[in-house]
Amino acid sequence: MTQVTDQKVIHKPIEDLRRAIVRFAGDSGDGMQLVGTQFTNATAVLGNDLATLPDFPAEIRAPAGTLAGVSGFQINFASDEIHTPGDTIQTLVAMNPAALKVNLPDLEQGGHLIINTDAFTAPNLKLAGYASNPLDDGGLAGFHVHPVPMTKLTLEAVKETGLKHKDAERCKNFFALGLAYWLYDRPLEPTLKWMDAKFGQRPELRKANELALRAGYNYGNTTEVFQVHYRVRPARQEPGIYRKVRGNDATALGLMAAAWKAGKQLFYASYPITPASDILHELARHKNFGVRVFQAEDEIAAICAAIGAAYGGAFAATGTSGPGMALKTEGLGLAVMLELPLVVINVQRGGPSTGLPTKTEQADLFQAVMGRNGECPVPVLAARSPSDCFDTAFEAFRIAVRYMTPVIMLSDGYLANGSEPWRVPRLEDLPAIEVRHDYPAEGFQPYMRNERLARPWAIPGTRGLAHRIGGLEKEDVTGKVSYDPENHQRMVDLRARKVAGIVEMIPDQEVLGDPEGELLVVSWGGTYGSVRTAVEQVRQLGESVSHAHLRHLHPMPANLGDVLRRFRRVLVPELNLGQLCTLLRARYLVDARPFGKVKGKPFNVAELVERIDRALKGVE
Amino acid sequence: MSATATLPVVNLQPKDYASDAEVRWCPGCGDYSILAQLKKVLSTLGRDPDRTVFISGIGCSSRLPYYLATYGVHGIHGRAPAIASGLRLVRQDLEIWVITGDGDGLSIGGNHLLHAIRRNLNIKILMFNNRIYGLTKGQVSPTSEINKKTVSTPYGSVGAMISPCSFALGCEATFVARSVDMIPNHLQYVLERAARHEGVAFVEIYQNCNIFNDGAFQHATDREIRDDNLIELSHGKALIFGRNQDRGIRLGSGYRPEVVRFGENGVSIYDLLIHDERAPAPALAFLLSRLQHPEYPEPIGVFRDVQAPIYDRLINEQIDRLTAEKGPGDLQKLMYGPETWEVRAGEEPVFHG
Repeated sequence: MTQVTDQKVIHKPIEDLRRAIVRFAGDSGDGMQLVGTQFTNATAVLGNDLATLPDFPAEIRAPAGTLAGVSGFQINFASDEIHTPGDTIQTLVAMNPAALKVNLPDLEQGGHLIINTDAFTAPNLKLAGYASNPLDDGGLAGFHVHPVPMTKLTLEAVKETGLKHKDAERCKNFFALGLAYWLYDRPLEPTLKWMDAKFGQRPELRKANELALRAGYNYGNTTEVFQVHYRVRPARQEPGIYRKVRGNDATALGLMAAAWKAGKQLFYASYPITPASDILHELARHKNFGVRVFQAEDEIAAICAAIGAAYGGAFAATGTSGPGMALKTEGLGLAVMLELPLVVINVQRGGPSTGLPTKTEQADLFQAVMGRNGECPVPVLAARSPSDCFDTAFEAFRIAVRYMTPVIMLSDGYLANGSEPWRVPRLEDLPAIEVRHDYPAEGFQPYMRNERLARPWAIPGTRGLAHRIGGLEKEDVTGKVSYDPENHQRMVDLRARKVAGIVEMIPDQEVLGDPEGELLVVSWGGTYGSVRTAVEQVRQLGESVSHAHLRHLHPMPANLGDVLRRFRRVLVPELNLGQLCTLLRARYLVDARPFGKVKGKPFNVAELVERIDRALKGVE
Repeated sequence: MSATATLPVVNLQPKDYASDAEVRWCPGCGDYSILAQLKKVLSTLGRDPDRTVFISGIGCSSRLPYYLATYGVHGIHGRAPAIASGLRLVRQDLEIWVITGDGDGLSIGGNHLLHAIRRNLNIKILMFNNRIYGLTKGQVSPTSEINKKTVSTPYGSVGAMISPCSFALGCEATFVARSVDMIPNHLQYVLERAARHEGVAFVEIYQNCNIFNDGAFQHATDREIRDDNLIELSHGKALIFGRNQDRGIRLGSGYRPEVVRFGENGVSIYDLLIHDERAPAPALAFLLSRLQHPEYPEPIGVFRDVQAPIYDRLINEQIDRLTAEKGPGDLQKLMYGPETWEVRAGEEPVFHG
C-alpha cells in the first residue's frame, strides 16, 4: 500500500510483528494529539486491530518545555484481537526533554527511543529537571536510542516553501510522523488526503507539512540511524465495513441513530465541559440531519431544556461530566417525577470537584445510581469501549422511550477520547424504536400506565389531551397534586417497580470463561478491555478464573446473583474505591472484594494479572 | 410570518380556560386577579388551550399552570425559562408562557432569565413581583426594599434591591412592560400586548401578598393616591401624571429625571420627556425603569417594544438553509465516516477513501 515514489527505493530488512505499541510525546503545543490521530487513521485502514490512549494536560498551553505541559498519544495495534492501549510501550517518540522524562518509565527494556535532539538544549533540560543531558550521561542505556535532529531536518526540508522560521519549525511533528510511518510501514495516503482537506486554503502549509512528512519517511529509509523496520499484518476481523471511531463520536452517532429509527427530531442541550464537549461539537455539525443543538447557559439549563424538548416530543439528551452531573441532579429528579424520556450522558473524569478534567475515572457510579433526593430510581448503563458508546447511547434511548424515564449513560474520559475499529452497523439492522403520542381523549389521564407501567407520552398540541404535570407528588392515574400518604407510598413504589421492570429487556449476564469456579472478576464501563485481557492471560496459565462485565448497573441483569454465587471468590476492579463492589455486596450478599485505582489512568493489564493472582491464592 | 399568528383561533369564554383544579392561593392574594385577567386575555385572543403551554418554577405564582385548562409544566425553582427554551426550540406551533416570581426569576433563576431574554426566544414571561418569599413564609427577596425586617432579616435587610424591569432592559429584552394586579383593565392591556409581541416579552406585575407583605404596593393600588404615584406610559405621549394630570417628568442636567409641575417656573408640556417604546436603544426605557416611589411616580405600561431576530426562528432557519444546501443528511453515510475499510471473508481488507 505504501507508495513513496519520489525517492530512491532502498530495501531495509522488514520484520513481522504481531503487535506494536507506539507513543508520541511532546509539548502540548507540539501537535502530538494530531500526529497520534493521523497514525491511528493510517493504522486503521491497514486493517489492524487497535486501541488508543490520548493523555494530555488540562491547560491548553502549559508553560513550554515543562513536565506539566507534556502531551502524549499512545496506540496499540496488532494483527490479532486487542482490547487495551497496552501497558508498556515499544517505541517512544520524545520531542523534548520533558516528554522523555515523563514517558521513559513506560518504555520497555530494549524499546526504541526516537529523540528530537534539537530540543535538548540547556534551558529545556533545566525545565525538565535534568541535571545533565541524558543523551550523553548514559541514562538511556538499555534502550535503542535514535537521536534525530528533527527541527533542523524539518527546516531544511521545508525551506523551498519560504515559510517563516516559526511556521516551518511547527512542521516537525509531521517529520516525526513520517519517520514513524516508515518504521512501522504505514501508508502516507490517508494523511496526505487529510492535508488536502485541512490546508485547502493554505497551499504553502499543505506543501510544507507534506515535505516534512516525506522527509521523515525518507530519513528512516535512507540513513543509517535505523537498520530495520516493522510490519504488522491486518487483523482477522469479522466481515463488514469498518471505520475508526472515538467514543464521543460514537455516542453522538448512537443518539442520532436512535432518533432516526423513531423518525424523531434529536435535541441535544449541553454546557461545555471536558471531556464531554466533543459530543456537542459533533452533533452541532449535523444541522442538515435536523439535529437541534443548544449550548445552554449552564448545566442546569441544559438538562431543563432537554426536559422541555422531551415534553414537546423530541428525542432529548444532555451530556456532561461529573461536576456538571452534580448540577443536573435536581433536573433529573424532575424528569423522574414527570416521567419523561431523556438521556443523560456522564463522561466521567477524575473527581471530586474539578478534580482531573482530562483524566479518566469511574467514581461517579454511586452518583448515577443513588445521588438524588428522595426515592428517585434512574436506569444506568455504561459503555465498555469507544465503539460500544454507539450501542449504549442507542439502548439508552430505547429504554427511555419504552419506559418513559430518564436514563443515565456512563462513559469516561478514556472511552471518550480513545478510538478503536468499529464494524459499522446498518441502520436497518438496528432494533425498531416505537413512539406513540396519540391517545383517545375519552378517559385520558396523564398518569395512567401501560403493562410496563409507563405513562402516556402525550405532547402539547394534541387535541383534547391538555393536562398539567409538575414536580409535586402526583395522584396515581390523574396526575393531580396529591399529599395523600397512601398515594405517596403507591407512587414511590410504582416508580421503583417501573424501573426495576426494565430487567425484562436486559439480556442475561454473560460470563467469559467457565460459568463456575474459583474466581469471578466483575467489571463495568471502560475497564472492559484491560480486565478481559488480564483474565484471558491468567486463564491461559490454567487458572480457574472467569470474567463478567456489566453494562446494566441499574437495574442489574436478572441472573447476576446466580452468576456471582457460582464462584468461590469475587474480585471487582474499578477506577474508584469500590463502588460497584459495594452495590454487589449490598444487593446479593456476596463477599465481593474491591480492587480500586484512582490515578486518572486506566488499569494496566500487568497490575490486574498480579491482583487476580493474589485473589486466586486468597491473599488480600 | 410569525409562529403565533398561524395559531388556530378558538371561541371560548374566560371560564373555559379554568382547569378543574381547586385554586389554593390565600384568600385575598393578588394572584387571583392576575389569573382572572389572563383568562380574559386568552379568551379575547382566541387562544387554543391545546396549543398553549404555561411553564413555571417554584413559588406561589408558579402554581398558576395547574389552574388553567391548557398544557402546563410546574417545573423546578428558577428553571422555567430553561424548560421553556427547550420546548420552544423543538416546537414552533405552540404559544409558550413562563410564570415566575421575584425570588424564582431574579434570585435562584436569574441566570436562566438573563439568557432567555438576551436570546430573544419567542416566549412570554410574567413575573409576579410581591417583594417577598411567600411560599417559604416571608423571607426577604431580591426585590424587597432595603432595611426590610423579615424572618430572615430580623434586624433589617442590607442588600440593595433589583428592579425587574431594569434587569430585563439590561438584558435588552425586546418587550418590557409593567402592570398592577389591582388595575384589571391595564393588566389586560399589557398582557394582550405581551401576547402579541414576537420575541421575548417580559412583564412585571406588582402583586400583593396580603399575608407576608401586605400593602407593599399600596402606593400603586390605593385609588385615593395611585394617580399621584403612577405614570402611565403611552407611546409618543409626554410623561404626564397626577390626579389632575398637572405634573410631568423632565430630563434635567446629568440625565437626571425631574418631577415638574406645569406652570411652575415656566414649565410647559413641551419640556417633558416623550415616551418612545420603539426606540432602538433601551436607554430611555432603562431611565424610566429607574423611577421609584416615593421620589418619583412609577411607570406602568410598555417600556419597550421593538423587533429583533428571534433565536428559535434563527435556529430553524439555519436548519432549513443547511438542509436545502447540503440536502437531507444520509445517516448511514455519516456513520461510515470519511475513511472505511471493508473486510470480506478470507481476503485482505480493502480501503475505501
